Formats: sequence, structure tokens, C-alpha cells
Amino acid sequence: MPTPPETTGSLLNEEESSLVDLNADYTAKYGFHDAENYLYKAPKGINREIVEKISEFKQEPQWMRDFRLKALDYFLAREQPTWGSPMLAEVDYDDIHYFVRASERSERSWDDVPEDVKKTFDRLGIPEAERKFLSGVGAQYESEVVYHQVNEELEKQGVIFTDMDTALREHPELVREYFATVIPPNDNKLAALNSAVWSGGSFVYVPPGVHVEMPLQAYFRINTENMGQFERTIILADEGSYVHYVEGCTAPTYSSSSLHSAVVELIAKPGARIRYTTVQNWSNNVFNLVTKRAIAEKDATVEWVDCNLGSKLTMKYPAVYLMGERAHGEVLSIAFAGNGQHQDAGAKIVHAAPNTTSNIFAKSISKDGGRSSYRGLLEVGKGAYGSKSKVVCDALLLDDKSRTDTWPTIRIDEDQVDIGHEATVSKVGDEQLFYLQSHGIDEEEAAKLIVNGFIEPIVKELPMEYAVEMNRLIELQMEGSIG
Amino acid sequence: MADLEIKNLHARVADGEKQILKGLNLTVNRGEIHALMGPNGSGKSTLANVIMGNPQLEVTEGQILWKGEDITELDPDVRARKGLFMAFQYPVAIPGVTIVKYLRMVLNAHREERGESEIKLKDFRQLVQGEMERVNVPKEFGSRYLNDGFSGGEKKRLEMLQLALQRPEVAILDETDSGLDVDALNIVSQAVNAVKAESELGALIITHYQRILHLIKPDRVSILVDGRIVKEGGPELVEQIETEGYKAIRAEAEALGADVSTVA
Repeated sequence: MPTPPETTGSLLNEEESSLVDLNADYTAKYGFHDAENYLYKAPKGINREIVEKISEFKQEPQWMRDFRLKALDYFLAREQPTWGSPMLAEVDYDDIHYFVRASERSERSWDDVPEDVKKTFDRLGIPEAERKFLSGVGAQYESEVVYHQVNEELEKQGVIFTDMDTALREHPELVREYFATVIPPNDNKLAALNSAVWSGGSFVYVPPGVHVEMPLQAYFRINTENMGQFERTIILADEGSYVHYVEGCTAPTYSSSSLHSAVVELIAKPGARIRYTTVQNWSNNVFNLVTKRAIAEKDATVEWVDCNLGSKLTMKYPAVYLMGERAHGEVLSIAFAGNGQHQDAGAKIVHAAPNTTSNIFAKSISKDGGRSSYRGLLEVGKGAYGSKSKVVCDALLLDDKSRTDTWPTIRIDEDQVDIGHEATVSKVGDEQLFYLQSHGIDEEEAAKLIVNGFIEPIVKELPMEYAVEMNRLIELQMEGSIG
Repeated sequence: MADLEIKNLHARVADGEKQILKGLNLTVNRGEIHALMGPNGSGKSTLANVIMGNPQLEVTEGQILWKGEDITELDPDVRARKGLFMAFQYPVAIPGVTIVKYLRMVLNAHREERGESEIKLKDFRQLVQGEMERVNVPKEFGSRYLNDGFSGGEKKRLEMLQLALQRPEVAILDETDSGLDVDALNIVSQAVNAVKAESELGALIITHYQRILHLIKPDRVSILVDGRIVKEGGPELVEQIETEGYKAIRAEAEALGADVSTVA
């Protein structure tokens, strides 16, 4: 839960970061694309043949091949959802490449990664971040992970951090035991699609009692036009362990659409804690339709920190099922919707055991006709007595043509609970602007300051490096938005 | 030429019907304390906000001159960087923005205007800590959010901290004394007097009460009734209002055509 700012007396130290000069826009910084020297690129469209081909390429065991084909049937049988956003009707499943292989295998040294691809990740600053502050890195390019490395010490302690394809080969029992146990293949149409054509993603296992102090990071990059990226991630934190996983994502700016549809399953065993942080910054031609769900067992904690800046449409509602007594779930999210964007983000928490607690803290910003929605579900089941939950949704509108909606659903089947819900909508206040301007700050800077302040309670939950990046991204989004 | 000169100013709430200022004339010079008193609803806060350029108010006639230059249509931030300052009656909260981050932005905006480079972190820290001590703002406040969750008195002290840091040429204090206890009032007064002594501050002190004018000695006193200045004088005018109330100037106001129904 966000706490009031610390009064450490360490005056000023933390302030340098947000004054970083901005000199690039998305297209220059992330919107570039490489030439395609691919080993394989599937033709557009989805069918049994493509699914079989993916499984064959990966030399998968029979059970996985069967799982995929079954999921394909689910996908084909299900109608496109009609809730969420009218933009969803624009997704054309026949106009997507479902599998693109850029590299032989996942490498453990950047030197072995194909030159073009390595350059891309260099440009995105991934190897540098790895050296500076990460315990491990996975880098996915198109359909597959091209680089994966984890700190040696952690490996010695039994931590597994690898791409999902490798995990299926090297840890088949573990993968089979947990795969699709949190999100079944027929959960929803997009989860079914992912289950049929999944490729890449991370597999993380943290043994009992091990605390991974520095974050593990995965970076997802789309390069091709009309690409579909379908990574699959499982994080399994064994008893009393701790891990913080961070993901980032970008894509080139194309005029036609791409699709990103991940499935992420988290399992926090008794007393474990998982924090999963996302800084989503897809280009504005990407449909981002993701299913994320976690199970928290007795005394476990799961936290989703979810920042959605880019994409054309994002529909994502990270969920936590509190299955054991005193489990705790938390969803902190920021959504920023600009021109032509719809961020339909939210959270789902299910209290299924006594004395469980949860917080949902959602902040959204809409500008230039952008639309953001909070869609949340809080459920307290019979027998989950003594549960406590607090839901706070704050929306900030920067102009009159933008829009925000809040759909908080609360279902409670138990009497002895303590549930709080607050929602606010505000506009960047004339009084706030005047106050700042009357002291000498110009209007554009003043508006940026107000927006940065608005998201500060969540940004300060991010690791420092990501907080800096987040403030930069927000400032980028704010450029030229006033006056 | 006065540093700040208000000429025949007429103003109303933007898009509103009712005229609040009705031909107001006033000057404030550097190094001078000018007190502005008047009954409730006479337009005191409106005047302060119009001088600072609050877009919620609209000037329909007349001018605001800064050293002879017409600034009536300038944005508030431009006025501020020229050396005008307003201490708010109700400082506005900016959640999530720490006081030190804000102060540094403000200082750098003013430095940029003067063609100076950004202030060094070390110099900034020294400067802010020094001024914080003077206006009795605890150091820990620096990492709290601007005007968010502070008491009325604390907020006023933060306004004085900004006065001391910005070093304006002319400051308008919009009922800075309202709601302050004796100790807080002393701190505020000391800050104004100190800045005045050090950098030849001119101030327009808008107030209901006399007590702040015992601590900051005015050179001139103007009485505002129904949107115009109905009487000007020296400090003795404060004493007169104190003993007789605004009815002392009722006849003069009426003679000038002011609606005196607000004057008891």
C-alpha cells in the first residue's frame, strides 16, 4: 500500500532524476525497426497447420502439442468479446503473423545474439541495465527469447530464470505441473489464442526461503509489421521466498496493427512474496490484450504494479486469488491514454480465505481525446471472514475531449468484512495551474508537474531506474499538450 | 513612475455579470509598505488575484503597469518572473509534488529569466535550509507534498518561505494574517520585515485586522469599499479604523458613489 512520503530528512537527493532533458519522441527512441533476416516467418493467419508447425519447431512433447490444438478449438469456438472497448472489433486475426523466429536459440551471451537484434537491445539499454541493477535478464524478440541470463549466485541457490521454451525442455515436470493451472486455456478467447500459439516468455522458480534481492527483468520487443506476440510466463515462488520481476515492452510505429496477447501465471506458495512490475509502452498500433492472474497461498503476498502508457487498446485486469489465510494482494496501476488510445485497465481480487487483505490503487490520465477506464472486480467469498479490502480509483482529465469511466464491481458473500471504495475524477485544476504559474512556472511545466504529482504515489513504488524512465515517458506524453 | 501602478481598474469574474472592481487606482513602490483595508466583499482578494493575472478574473477596463509597462494581459508566470509575488490566502495543494522539487523549479525559472544557469544542488540545499530556519519551517517539510496536509499556519509559513527565496520586488499579501495565532503572525511579520530590509521589498498588505500592521509598519494605508479606493492616508488611518470601524469613512465612500451597504 502506498505510504506517505518518507521524511528521512535527506533533503533533495531524490530530485535530480525528474529534471532529465527530453530530446526524443517515441518514433526516434523506440519506433525504429530492423531489417528482417529471419529464419522463419509464418504466413498471416491462424489454423491447425500453423499451430502444429510451432510445436514441431520447438520439438515439444506430445502433451503440449495436444494442449495447443485443444486450445485452438476453444479459440475458434469462442466469439470475439463485445465488452471492454468498441476497438476490439477492429482486431483482424487473419492479418497477423503468429510465429516469427529470429534466432536459433536463446543465448547466454550477448555476443552470440544476432547482430541486428543485439543492436536493438543495446539501443533500448537492456545490457546496460543488466550490468547495473538486475539479477537476470530475458530479452524476447518477436516470438522467441534471444537472450537469457541469470546471476550465477542465484543459479547456485537453485533459482531458475529461463525462457518458457527452454523450461519446457529442461524442467518438463515442473512446467507440466503448473502450466495453465492458474489460467485455463478456455478462460477467455485471448487466453485460448495464447494457449494455442504461445511462444517465449519467462519461467521463474525461486526455491524455499530464497530472496532475490535485485529484480529480474524481461524485455519484449516486436519488430515486424502485423506481428502477433504471445509470450507465456510462469513465476513460481516457493515457501517464504521473494522475487521482483519487471517487464518492459516497445514496438516500432507502423500504420497497421500488431497484437500482443500474453498469459502470465503467478503462484506464491505459503509465506512467499511476488512483485510483478510492468512498464508497457507499446507503439500506438498494438492491441495489448493480456491475461494476468496470481494465486496467493497462506500468508503469501502478490503485488502487481502495472503501468500502461502505450498501445492502441489495452485490456488488462491483473488478478489475485487469495486462497490461503492471511494472504495479501495488491494491484497498483497507472494508465495514460492519449489521442486514439483506449486504456481499459483494472484489477480483480478474489478473497477465498479468512483474514485475507487487498488493496487496489488505480490512477488514470486521459488527454487529447484519449479514453481510460477502470474496470475492477472485488469478490469476497463465503467463509472469507475478517477480510479487508480497499479500492481507490483516481482519474485525471487533461481536457474536455478526453474521457474516463469507472466500473467497480464488488460482490460480497460474507458479513464480517471491511471493504472500502473511493473513486475520484478531477481535471487539472485551474487553481493548481494558477498557483504554480503565479510563482513563475510556465503553464506547460506546471501541467507536467501536476500530472507527475498525481502518479507519484505509484511511481515511487517502482525501482528507481524505472521511476526515472516512467517520469520521462509521462513528460514525453505531455509535450505540447497544453495551450 | 511607480513600480506597480493600478489605473482605473475594472474587473469581474470571467464571463460573469457583476463588476467587482470599479475604477480602482493604486500604486506600490519598492521599499514601501502599503496597507489595503476594507470590509468584507469590497474586492480586496479580487484585486490581489487580478494583479497576479488569475485567469478566472477578467479586466474589463483600465491597466496594470509594471515600471510603466502594461502587463494587464500577461500570463501569471511572466508577471512572477518580472518580480511580482502574491502570498495566497488559501495556498493550493499540489499532491505528489515535494516542496523541494517545486522550490527548485521555481528558483530555476527565475534564474533562467535572468540568464543564469540552473542552481547547483549544493547551493540550493544551503539556500533553502537557511531560509527554512528563518521562517521556522522544519527541514522535514521539504520532502512533503506542496501545501498538502499542512495546517493553515504552516501553509502561511510556506508562503513566507517562498517570499524569502523568490526575493520579489513587490509582494502582495492576501490576508496572510487571517487565522494565524500570535506566534505564527510574528514569524510572518519578521519574514516580511527581513526581506524588506535586505532587498528593498515593496508590499501591498491586504488585511481585515490591525494587528499585522502593528508588526509591519505601513507607510501608506488605503481603504477599499465597493471596488474602489475611498480613502488614502498614513498609519493614523489604521488607528482610526481600529477605534471607529469602517463607518468612519462611510460618508466619504458615499460621496464617491460607493455602495456602502456593506459598511456597518
